[in-house]
Amino acid sequence: MGASQTRLEHNYDDLTEKSGFSHEQIKNLYQRFQQLSGNNEKISRDDLERIPALNNNPIRKQIITAFFDKRNQHQNDVGSLDEIGFEQFLMVMSHFRPVNSKATEEEKATVRKQKLRFLFNMHDTDNDGIITLDEYRTVVEELLSQSGAIETEVARAIADAAMLEVASTNVPHMAPDDFYEGITFEHFEQILKGIEMESRMHIRFLDKNAATMRCGKLSS
Amino acid sequence: MAPLRRSSTLRLTGLLCLSFLVFFSRGFASHDVVSEKSSGTIQEDSHSQANSTAHKKTFPVLSFNYEHVRTPFEISLWILLALFMKLGFHIIPTVSHIVPESCLLIFVGLLVGGIIKATGEQPPVLDSNLFFLYLLPPIILDAGYFLPMRSFTENIGTILMFAVVGTLWNVFFIGGMMYAVCQIDAAELAHVDLLSCLLFGSIISAVDPVSVLAVFEEIHINELLHILVFGESLLNDAVTVVLYHLFKEFAHEQTITVTGAILGVISFFVVSLGGVMVGVIYGIVGAFTSRFTSYSRVIEPLFVFLYSYMAYLSAEIFHLSGIMSLIACGVIMRPYVEANISHKSYTTVKYFLKMWSSVSDTLIFIFLGVSTVAGPHTWNWIFVIFTVIFCLVSRVLGVIGLTAFINKFRIVKLTKKDQFIIAYGGLRGAIAFSLGFLLDNDEIKNLFLTAIITVIFFTVFVQGMTIRPLVELLAVKKKKESKESINEEIHTQFLDHLLTGIEDICGHYGHHHWKDKLNRFNKTYVKRWLIAGERSTEPQLISFYNKMELKQAMMMVESGSAAKLPTIVSTVSIRNVPTKGAPKPSRAISKSREEEIRRLLRANLQKTRQRLRSYSRYELLNDPLEDNISEARFRKQREMERRMSHYLTVPANRQETPPVRKVFFQPEHKVYTYDDSESPRGRASPSCADDVSELKETPEKPDQSSTPRANRDAELKPKEQDDQGDQLKVSRCLSDPGPNPEDDEDSTFLP
Repeated sequence: MGASQTRLEHNYDDLTEKSGFSHEQIKNLYQRFQQLSGNNEKISRDDLERIPALNNNPIRKQIITAFFDKRNQHQNDVGSLDEIGFEQFLMVMSHFRPVNSKATEEEKATVRKQKLRFLFNMHDTDNDGIITLDEYRTVVEELLSQSGAIETEVARAIADAAMLEVASTNVPHMAPDDFYEGITFEHFEQILKGIEMESRMHIRFLDKNAATMRCGKLSS
Repeated sequence: MAPLRRSSTLRLTGLLCLSFLVFFSRGFASHDVVSEKSSGTIQEDSHSQANSTAHKKTFPVLSFNYEHVRTPFEISLWILLALFMKLGFHIIPTVSHIVPESCLLIFVGLLVGGIIKATGEQPPVLDSNLFFLYLLPPIILDAGYFLPMRSFTENIGTILMFAVVGTLWNVFFIGGMMYAVCQIDAAELAHVDLLSCLLFGSIISAVDPVSVLAVFEEIHINELLHILVFGESLLNDAVTVVLYHLFKEFAHEQTITVTGAILGVISFFVVSLGGVMVGVIYGIVGAFTSRFTSYSRVIEPLFVFLYSYMAYLSAEIFHLSGIMSLIACGVIMRPYVEANISHKSYTTVKYFLKMWSSVSDTLIFIFLGVSTVAGPHTWNWIFVIFTVIFCLVSRVLGVIGLTAFINKFRIVKLTKKDQFIIAYGGLRGAIAFSLGFLLDNDEIKNLFLTAIITVIFFTVFVQGMTIRPLVELLAVKKKKESKESINEEIHTQFLDHLLTGIEDICGHYGHHHWKDKLNRFNKTYVKRWLIAGERSTEPQLISFYNKMELKQAMMMVESGSAAKLPTIVSTVSIRNVPTKGAPKPSRAISKSREEEIRRLLRANLQKTRQRLRSYSRYELLNDPLEDNISEARFRKQREMERRMSHYLTVPANRQETPPVRKVFFQPEHKVYTYDDSESPRGRASPSCADDVSELKETPEKPDQSSTPRANRDAELKPKEQDDQGDQLKVSRCLSDPGPNPEDDEDSTFLP
């Protein structure tokens, strides 16, 4: 731990600049990273899947995939990684930072766009820039997957209705022969503008020492 | 021109009615004095003639006996007055734009009180018993039942801080400062001791939920601020109750003991937590009861009201916080009760609550005005003015101080604008007055009452009137119009799960983690016990979806009956959304099938309308539809068309025929999903029994009904693979009802 920690300290400023977390927060997240990875340099999917608390989460697959998705690394890359290092872990986490209340309207809009982009990437699994009906159906099915025996028809209907809603709000005058290809990012922004993403999509990152935190039951 | 003339004649009528009402009540009030005397003389006569034979009294064809009905008559008159006032203010919009309703009502109360006093009678005072037992509970229940839980729980820490610490600060600051003021020789208030001042402080510090509701409702402020001020006004009841009783005891004993103080602190926890517990118990019992009320739907709303009222009264027995008990009961009961009761009962509950709270609210303000005119006043310039000043100052200081502390823990911090609104929204109201009224009768009481009334007037009039322009001026965020959107619902849930997952990955148990745990606990254990039938396992997304479908169907019904079926304008259809691998040539086929379907639907709807006309002559039951027809006229047609068309063309899959017919013909049990069963009263009893038994089977056999429906509908829809699946789903989702829809369609409704 000692050696890696000093190495990390050199990078703190660099990481802070890239991700926006404070030093304390980065330290805490690094501790967690070490725990998850079993003190390795990189985390693989299995490491994340082993977290017991995630078992009850209906969308755990999508969440785990999001961590390994290159699109979330702010680097215009596509594809997915097999393992991620701490920096990439941090970059994904930075999507969930709360927005600074003193930020200007433009900054808030940028943050909002970023968060929406993250969500969009989670839905758009084939990375063609639009969420097709099938992809949306998958989303709803996954959401309802933990609720017992729900027939796929129900999930389908909900997804269909939602899709129609997007279509009718964004493209109100379609001729009968037009195809509505799928939800583009602009449409996605439009339909979700009721939810204030910048104030909803965040979690609290601890500033204090997390040594006494109860962690997932992973044996390192 | 016409509307102008109309409004002036209305104004005249209103004034006439008002004067009539006042003079009637006045007249009767004096008349009963007369009638008492006359009945006294009659008795004397009869006594004196006791031993004589006939009375020689002619048989009274028309007699006058007012005593008999006096109390209910006068109560009704007062309520009528309140209602006319409320109506009047809405008909005359000019004044109500500037002055909030509560101010106008107090003003009316002042007028009425003045009139009564001018004619020599003693105007009625707002009796504390009446207030606490009858007028306050409906308002609180209405507020608690419809409390937005999400924002409430998200901000609970802040709300509690303001309610508890803020109120405590207010009490001690005001009490202390007033005592200091009383020491000034010029004020001649040396007889007011510290304990009395503290008692006064405890009465005057609490923010009043009635006033806050009345004023904030009209300014449509954003949800965060609304819930902060309103939540504070509700939760500070516990603090107020404890401090009030505590200081009253101390003032009585004239000493403060340390044990007393410690007991006070303990008492605070007992009062608040005890109150909540009482409410929770009643809430759970109420939810459990509602599981069985499907046997008698008509009395369902009564259960909701009575359990809540009992919770309030039970808490009051033990001097626990009745308000917190009521809120807890409403909050706990609501999700389970709503899943169990029929849609009509739900509407009834909603409307009755709104109605009662509206009447209560109006009456309270009018009585405040009347009591002002009535009560004996001891006006002491210094006392009153300093009270007002210190109330304002302490509120501002308290809010600023607390916010500075709270903002360290909040993610979405409170801005200066927010702080200002919170401070400015700290209105006092009738609770303070009633508490003051309960004090022991002595000279100090009148002094206090005068000051209390002045503060109430100041806050309601000055702050109430100026808050709206200030909100505009400061450009405070307003409440956003929430249109229910299934996309938002999906993503709200998605976000919840996502954030919980991220928290789990981060390893710390935050807000989302616990919320998730609570939800799972709720789902696995609690819902099973408290929700009847299948609904207990229904995930939230699906119930949301069904509710939306329901609303769409209802709106469609209304539009269909009020106007002719509008031509389908937007034809965004599901075919337009390509599924991967769907063969394109099928497009041509489905288009013609679509036209066919539309023609069939139109024809069916017309048939339905015809049948409807003949039907409604024999049965009273279709009143709801008649109401809907007139209501529909007020709705925006375009929105309906849009919605309708896009749901209509989820093609083929949405067989509008079954649900629409269901709505018309069996309004009671076909429209709303699952085990809704109102045995329509108009039908002969055998069929009632049938309905009930049929519907009892409903929860268990949705699949059986869906299959015959699917088969029937299969002829009408295009044979696309996807649609087949969707079809089954539709019949299930839209109006999961039925036993054997075919049989029902054949049977006529004529009894």
